[in-house]
Amino acid sequence: MSLFNVFQVSSSAMTAQSMRLNAVASNLANADSIVSSDGKPYRAKQVVFEATPVGAAGEASRGVRVRQVVEDAAPPRMVYDPKNPAADEKGYVAFPNVNVVEEMTNMISASRSYQTNVEVMNTAKTMIMHTLQIGQG
Amino acid sequence: MNAMTQEVGNLAKAIDLRAYRHQVLASNIANADTPNYKARDFDFRSALQKATSGQAESGGLALATTSAGHIGGGSGAGMPGLQYRAETQSAVDGNTVDMDVERAQISDNSIQYEILTRLITDKFSGMRAALAGTQG
Repeated sequence: MSLFNVFQVSSSAMTAQSMRLNAVASNLANADSIVSSDGKPYRAKQVVFEATPVGAAGEASRGVRVRQVVEDAAPPRMVYDPKNPAADEKGYVAFPNVNVVEEMTNMISASRSYQTNVEVMNTAKTMIMHTLQIGQG
Repeated sequence: MNAMTQEVGNLAKAIDLRAYRHQVLASNIANADTPNYKARDFDFRSALQKATSGQAESGGLALATTSAGHIGGGSGAGMPGLQYRAETQSAVDGNTVDMDVERAQISDNSIQYEILTRLITDKFSGMRAALAGTQG
């Protein structure tokens, strides 16, 4: 029953989208973390998606997986604040390179994609239920 | 009787293709945010014609697979080969999935699938009525 592959495809996409949402949450939470675990300012994390074969259906079913989590290469945001203990000799503090607007749009896009995949799953479920009713009534 | 089973067989082939197409469309929607993913689909009319006339495509030449991660060159047995959808708006990341098109197609596909399940049910109730007519 090939329709069951749809569940695997959609759930892999939902997992990937929730990982993206996780990265967004981490980025927004650390938008002002001037010191992270390595002593440097926090760097924005972005997930990279990749299409991956799912099930035994050959080329028809392609799920999604997160290939890697990359750190944003943008330079840190320099803010002039000489009173800050983390300021350099010129009085500038390196803030994380998190772009809040970008993260918000990322969040909306991830949640929309997640919803769409839930809908696809529900459609497949309805189709399977109708298949079970063939010959009844 | 032969004609009736033939008809149910054709409907079953159509429903198989609809289920296959649902998979393809679900993959397109799942990969809406995957860089360089190209949306795929197949021509339902010609695929159904080929399936019902008994000359189903083998999906082209098969590729040798030496690892579990390899993707076979051909599609599933008797399933039509996939084509890339023509791009309407190009994206910076090379992705060609147009969400509006895919969602419309997936709704269309599921409704057509339901129609086919009803048609098969109707065929069976027709047979049942014919059987009941001989009794009493």
